[in-house]
Amino acid sequence: MKQLLTFVKKEFHHILRDKRSMLVLLGLPIVQLLIFGFAITTETRNCNIAILDNSKDEATQNIITRIESSTYFDIYETLYSNDQIEKAFKTGRIKLAIVFQPNFQNDLLHTNKAQMQIITDASDPNQANTLANYVSAIVREYQQELNQNKDLPYTIKTEIRMLYNPQLKGEYSSVPGVMGMILLLISAMMTSISIVKEKELGTMEVLLVSPMKPAIVIASKVIPYFIVSLVNVVTILLISNFVFGIPIQGSFILLSFITIIYIICALSLGILISTLTSSQQAAMIISLMGLMLPVVMLSGYAFPVANMPLILQIISNIVPAKWYIIMVKDVMIKGIGLSEIWKELIIILGMTTFFLLVSIKRFKVRLQ
Amino acid sequence: MNNEIVIKTDKLTKEFGDFIAANDLTFEVYKGEIFGFLGANGAGKTTAMKMLIGISKPSSGDANIAGFDVYKDTENIKRSIGYMSQKFSLYEDLTVKENLMLFGGIYALSDKVIKSKTEELLEKLGLQNDANKLVGSLPLGWKQKLAFSTAIFHTPKIVFLDEPTGGVDPITRRQFWDMIYEAAHNGITVFVTTHYMDEAEYCDRVSIMVDGVIKALDSPAELKKQFNAKSMDDVFLMLARSAKRGD
Repeated sequence: MKQLLTFVKKEFHHILRDKRSMLVLLGLPIVQLLIFGFAITTETRNCNIAILDNSKDEATQNIITRIESSTYFDIYETLYSNDQIEKAFKTGRIKLAIVFQPNFQNDLLHTNKAQMQIITDASDPNQANTLANYVSAIVREYQQELNQNKDLPYTIKTEIRMLYNPQLKGEYSSVPGVMGMILLLISAMMTSISIVKEKELGTMEVLLVSPMKPAIVIASKVIPYFIVSLVNVVTILLISNFVFGIPIQGSFILLSFITIIYIICALSLGILISTLTSSQQAAMIISLMGLMLPVVMLSGYAFPVANMPLILQIISNIVPAKWYIIMVKDVMIKGIGLSEIWKELIIILGMTTFFLLVSIKRFKVRLQ
Repeated sequence: MNNEIVIKTDKLTKEFGDFIAANDLTFEVYKGEIFGFLGANGAGKTTAMKMLIGISKPSSGDANIAGFDVYKDTENIKRSIGYMSQKFSLYEDLTVKENLMLFGGIYALSDKVIKSKTEELLEKLGLQNDANKLVGSLPLGWKQKLAFSTAIFHTPKIVFLDEPTGGVDPITRRQFWDMIYEAAHNGITVFVTTHYMDEAEYCDRVSIMVDGVIKALDSPAELKKQFNAKSMDDVFLMLARSAKRGD
C-alpha cells in the first residue's frame, strides 16, 4: 500500500512538472467543448439569398417580406433574369435563390396553382436541405393565413413537439459527444504514453527487476489519470450547465457511476495499447488515429449511425464511446434510469474485462 | 573475498526458436567478488544477465542467485539484488531526493532509514546542495554515479551492472570504479558487463562469452598467462576472432 502511494505521488510529479501535457489534459476538454458547442452548429442563420420576382404582385411581396424578416435569410441581391441565377451561385455569394413565376397572384387566386421555385446550392447537401425546408415552412405559413377563414376539405394539420430538447440546441448532442471523446482520448492516450515512456527510457526494466508487483506499477499509472478524468468530467458538466444551459435531467449519481465505469474502460484500453508498442510515438499514433477517428466518425455523435452502410454500423458497435454517449444522452438529457441503460452498461463492462484480460496475457508473454 | 557462493549456474541455456542466445552457461560467483562478464555485442551477455535477474525464464539448466532458485523464487531474488541498466534509469523529472525516496520505497525501506541513508549518500557524493535539483539537470557523470548509488541503496547482496560506464569520460569512469570497489569491500557482490578491456583488468575474475558460450573464465592475470597475451585486450581479440555472430 505504501509502495502504491509512493508511486502515485511520483506519477503526479511527472504530470504536474510537464506543463505541456498539463495543458492538454485540462485545457483540451474545455476548448473542445466550447468549439463543438458554439462554433460547430447545424443551425443556419443570416444566409444570403437571391430573389427573382417575375410577377411583382401583392402575394410575392408578402412572401418576400416574410422571408426577409426571418432570422434565417438575408436578401443579398435581387435578380432580373433567369441567366443571372447561375452566375450568382457561381460567385458563391448566395446559398439559395427563389424564383416566382409570372402571374403568381393571379394563378394563386384563380387556378389554385401558383408556382415558385426554390434553388439551393447542394454542394453542402445538409445545409441545402435545411434552407429549402425553412423557405417551404414560411410559404406554408402564408398559405395557411390565406385560408384562415375558409373551411378546406381534408386538411391534416401536423403538430410538432420536440421532446427533451425543445429549442433544438446543438449542444444537447455535443456535450455527451465531447464527454465520450475526451474521456476516452485522455485516459487511453495518456496512460498508454506514460507506460510506454518508462519502457522507452529503460526505467520499466528497472521496475521489473525490483520487487514491485507489475500490477502496482500499472495501478499507480492509472490512478492519477483517473483523477484527472474526474476533474474533466466536473469541468465539462459545469460548462454544459452554466454556459450552455443544459441541466442534468436524470440522476447525477447514475451519471457519475456510468462515467466512472467508462473511464475505467478507457484506462484499460490505454493499458492494452501500451502492451502493443514500445515507443511513445507509436502509442500516440495508435491512440489518436485508432481512437479519435472511430469515435468522431462512428460513435453517432457527429453522424447518425443508423444512416451508415451496414458494415460501418457493425464496426461502430466496437467503439466504446458509442455506448457511453447513448447512456449519457439517456441519463443526462432524457432523464432515464438504470433500468433502460443496463444493456449498454454491460457492454462497456464487457469491453473493460476484455481489454484487461488481453493486457495481462500480453504482459506475461513479454516476460517469457 | 571468501568462498561463499552467491551466483551458481548449471548449464543455463536460453533459446529463441532455433537461435541459442546463451548456451550451457556454468559458472560460480563468490561473495564480495567483482565479476566481469565480457563479450562482443550479440554474444549473449544481456540475455544471460536477464535470466539471472529474473526477468527472462531460462529454457533449460539451473541457476541459483543469492540462495534462491531462478524458476521458483524470482520474488526473493528481486529483493536481494540491485540492477543498473544500460540506459540511464533514474527519473529525470524528479529531484535527486525524490528519486532516492522512490527507490527506497520500492524496496520497502522505512522512512527513517531512507532519510538517514539519503543524507549519508548526498554527503558522500558531494551533492548536498543539489538534493532538490531535477536529476535531468545534472551532468552525465553525476547521473551515472547517482544511478549506481541508487542500485545499491537497499544494500543488496548482488548488484548487476549492465555496461554502466558507456559514454562517460575516463576520470568519471575511474571514480565510478572506486565506488564499485567500495561496494565490493562492503560485501556487495558486483556482476558487471563491459566492453572496455581496461575495465576488465579491474575485475577479480572475468568470463568471456563468444557466440553464446563462455570461452574463458579466470582472473585477468591468469588469462593473460594462459593466452600468452600482454593485455586483456589481446586475450579478448584472440577469443572473439572466432565469433560467427556479429552485431
